[in-house]
Amino acid sequence: MLGYAFRRLLGAIPTLFIIVTLTFFMMRLAPGGPFDSERRLPPEVEANVMAAYNLDKPLVAQYGDYLVKLAQGDLGPSFKNKDFTVAQLIGAGLPVSLTLGLAAMTLALLVGSLLGTWAALRQNRWQDYSVMTVAMVGVTIPSFVTAPILTLIFGVYGIRLFGIEFTLPVSGWGGGALPNLVLPVITLSLLQIAVVARLTRGSMVEVLRSNYVRTARAKGVPEHRIVLRHALRAASLPLVSYAGPATAGILTGSLIVEQIFGLPGIGRYFVMAALDRDYTMVMGVIIVYATLVIVLNFVADMLYAILDPRVRLT
Amino acid sequence: MIGSAAKTEALERAVKGRSLGMDAWVRLKRNRAAMAAITVLTLMTLMAIFAPFLSPFRYDAINYDLVTCAPSWWPGPSSCIAPGHIFGTDAVGRDLFVRVLYGARMSLAVGLVATLVSLVIGVIYGAVAGYVGGRTDALMMRAVDILYSLPFIFFVIILMVLFERNLILLFVAVGAVEWLTMARIVRGQTLSIKQKEFVEAARAAGVSGFGIVRRHIIPNAVGPVVVYVTLTVPAVILTESFLSFLGLGVQEPLTSWGTLISEGAAQMETATWTLVFPALFMAATLFCFNFIGDGLRDALDPRDR
Repeated sequence: MLGYAFRRLLGAIPTLFIIVTLTFFMMRLAPGGPFDSERRLPPEVEANVMAAYNLDKPLVAQYGDYLVKLAQGDLGPSFKNKDFTVAQLIGAGLPVSLTLGLAAMTLALLVGSLLGTWAALRQNRWQDYSVMTVAMVGVTIPSFVTAPILTLIFGVYGIRLFGIEFTLPVSGWGGGALPNLVLPVITLSLLQIAVVARLTRGSMVEVLRSNYVRTARAKGVPEHRIVLRHALRAASLPLVSYAGPATAGILTGSLIVEQIFGLPGIGRYFVMAALDRDYTMVMGVIIVYATLVIVLNFVADMLYAILDPRVRLT
Repeated sequence: MIGSAAKTEALERAVKGRSLGMDAWVRLKRNRAAMAAITVLTLMTLMAIFAPFLSPFRYDAINYDLVTCAPSWWPGPSSCIAPGHIFGTDAVGRDLFVRVLYGARMSLAVGLVATLVSLVIGVIYGAVAGYVGGRTDALMMRAVDILYSLPFIFFVIILMVLFERNLILLFVAVGAVEWLTMARIVRGQTLSIKQKEFVEAARAAGVSGFGIVRRHIIPNAVGPVVVYVTLTVPAVILTESFLSFLGLGVQEPLTSWGTLISEGAAQMETATWTLVFPALFMAATLFCFNFIGDGLRDALDPRDR
C-alpha cells in the first residue's frame, strides 16, 4: 500500500504539470493583457513595464521561466495588486476559504448522514419521502437562490430566539467571527447535505438488509447499537469516495458564496483576477485548487482502503 | 407472390414481440411522477419556442414608465402596478413573463446542445477505449483520470472571461466538461458487451471493428447513457446559470435563467417577483429532469427497483 501511495503521489506531478501548461497558454493566447487600459501608455513606458514583469520575452521563454520559479515554490508577483506577491494574497485568502469549506463539509456530513439514516430506517414511509423530497429540492436549487432567501429571512427580517430578536450579519468576514460564518456556511452546505443524505440513505437501505445485520438482530443486539455500530460504519463507505467530488463542489460553491457574502477568500480573488488578466494570480489560484482536489482524492482513496479490508491497493 | 408477402407480414405482426425500448416505455408510462415531469417539460419547451406569440410585449422593449412594477395580482408590497404584465416588469420596465420564457430558450438550448456535445465525445471515446482495450484503453482512461482532477469550472470561467462571452464557446466549453463521466459509463458498458456472443458472431461474419462499435456496441449501451443524459441536462443548466450569475453568461438584451435570478436576487427585498418567477421556472425544470432520470433508470433497469 505504501508503494501504491508513492506511485499515486508521483502521478500527481504530471497532472499538475498539464494543469499549469494548459492554464498558462490559455491565458496568454487570449486577447487582452494585464496592462491594457483606456489610456494607452507611451511606448517606452509600456516596454519598461513589460520588461519589469518579464512579459517582453518570447512566450516559450516566459513559460520556461515560470516553471523554474514554480519549482522553487515562487508563484511570482501579482500583476494587479502591486507590491503583493501571489503567495501573500493566497496566504491571506486561503484560511477564509478553508474555514468556510471545512465548516460546510462537517455540517453536511453530520446533518446529511443523520437525515439519510433516519430516512433509511423509515424506508417508504412519510419520513423517508419527506427527507428525499427535501434532498431533491436541495440538489436542484442553486446556492445563488438560497443565499438571498436566507439573507432576507435571517439577515433582514431577523429571527426571534428565546424572546430576543436578532439578525445575522449578511456580509463581510469580521475576522472569522461565528455570526459572520453562519449564513455562508449554511448556504454552502445545503447542496452537500442533500447529496450526503441521498448517498447515506441508499447504502444504509442496502446494509440494513445484509446478513450480518440480520445476525446481529437475531442475537438480540439493541436496535440503536445495530444502527450506530454495525450498519452506519459500512454505510458510510460511499461517503468516503464522495470526498473528491465534494471538494470540487465546495470549491465551486465557495466562488458564489464568497461573492454573495463579500468574503475575502481566494474564490473571489479568482474571478477578479481572471477579469483583470492577472496572469500569475489566476495561475496561483488554479494550482492551489488543483492541489487541494488531488490531495483530497488521494486521502479518500487511502482512507477507503484502510476502512474496507476488501479493497486491496497494489 | 403478393399473397405470400401479405401472409408473411401478417405472421410477423402476430408474433411481433415487444422490443426492449417498448418494454421500458410501458414501465415508464406507469411512473406517474416521470409522466407528469415529461408533460411539464414539454409544455415548458413549447412555451419557450413560441415565446414571441405568447405575450404582447417584446423581450427587449424598455418602458421607463413601468420600472420594477408588480403584476396586478401581486399580494406583497410593491411601489407600482403594471397592468397587463402577468409577471410584472424588471428594472428597466421590460415584461418579466416574456423574459422568463426567453431565459427558458437560452437555458434549455445550452442544456441540450452542451449535453449533445458531451454525448458525442463521451460515447465515441468510451466505446473506442472499451472496444480496443489493452494499452490504448489504459492510456485513454488515464487521460480521463487526469482531466477529472482539473478544476474544470475554473477553465470554463477563464474561457468565458477571455473570449468575450461567446455563445458557441459556452456550449462547447460546458459540453467538454461533462463528457468525462459519459466516457467512463460507455467504456464500462462496452467492456461487458464485447464479451457477448453476438459480438463474436459479428466478428466471425467479418464485420469491421468500426462496424461492430457502431451497430452492436453503441446501441446496446444506450440504457445507462440515456439515464445519464437526463441527469446531465440539469447539471449543464445549473453550470450555465452559475456562469450567468457571475456575469459571464449571455449578453443583454438576451437573457437566461441565471441572469434573471441574479438580477432578481439583487432587488429581492423591494421586488420579490423578479426573483421568484425565474427561480420557480428553473427549479421546476431541474425537478422534471431529475424525475425523468429516476423514472428512466427504473424503467430501463427493472432489477434495481
